[in-house]
Amino acid sequence: MSEQLQLYEVFIRSSRGLDHKHVGSLHADDPHQALEYARDVYTRRGEGISIWVVASRDITASQESDCDSFYDPLDDKPYRHAAMYELPEGIDSL
Amino acid sequence: MKLHDPLTRYVVRLGDDALIMGHRLSEWMSRAPFLEEDIALSNVALDFVGRARLFYQYAADLMGGEVTENTFAYQRDVRDFTNLLLCELPRGDFAFTLCRQFLYDAYSLPFTQALCKSADSQLAAIAAKAEKESRYHLRRSRDWMLRLGDGTAESHERCQDALDQLWIYTDEMFECDALLDGLIAAGIAVNTEGLRSEWLDTVTETLHAATLVIPKAQGNVTGGREGIHTDDLGFLLAEMQFMQRAYPGLQW
Repeated sequence: MSEQLQLYEVFIRSSRGLDHKHVGSLHADDPHQALEYARDVYTRRGEGISIWVVASRDITASQESDCDSFYDPLDDKPYRHAAMYELPEGIDSL
Repeated sequence: MKLHDPLTRYVVRLGDDALIMGHRLSEWMSRAPFLEEDIALSNVALDFVGRARLFYQYAADLMGGEVTENTFAYQRDVRDFTNLLLCELPRGDFAFTLCRQFLYDAYSLPFTQALCKSADSQLAAIAAKAEKESRYHLRRSRDWMLRLGDGTAESHERCQDALDQLWIYTDEMFECDALLDGLIAAGIAVNTEGLRSEWLDTVTETLHAATLVIPKAQGNVTGGREGIHTDDLGFLLAEMQFMQRAYPGLQW
């Protein structure tokens, strides 16, 4: 066992055909143990059929300060959205 | 409380193993080394208490009358309990608890697998549920053996100490007595003697991988099946049974 436990992010697929969804995080000594703890901590009530664990340090995340350059330029490009199309009759959502 | 029917005695015996093991594990709740392990250990404790309930409910059905699952858990004295001594030993440090768990899980998995084939359909059904749990328990406790045994110098030493202390209590798991002989012949009980070599294989392989050594035999301690227990079980029952002893029939 190493001195320091590592942080892992847990993703669970609730049923076949759906995507894995982030459900939380936990501490473990290695990925193998993280998977077992994920089972004990997050799937006690039949929540899932598949678990992924990923070391949190392996995730590259965008920062708050990136928001301006990442997302703001999209505001004036409405043609990128499908909002202009009229829905055919009988279809409520697309 | 005297039990006479062999099947009932056998079912209660299995219930006692599960309840006492579950209670010892539950003592770690809020005291485990870190949060995730606390939850995992409590889950295992709950599996054992749940298993005890299934056995006791079945025993209560067999006896009929006023007897319920709670009668077995809360209204029997220490001499009426027939669990393995291994299950009742105080929890000790974390290494001791996990070593006990590993030695028991390595027995419990082949035991529940064999019980699935019992001629008694109710026992077979309980075993089918327990077997899946035991498979996970063994995976977990084996994992801890590797982590602690092949970990730091201190974890290795604590682990080896625990094994040395526990070893004399392991033989009792495979003991056969007159009660078992009759039920084995009827195809109801598991012939525990037959599980010994599989258990030893699992234990040998794991201890080797964990850089631990098999303790040298120094005799065996036994008697749990006849109700001859260590002092420690009395203290466990005093705590577990307190509410029902102080307020008989109390309900939540």
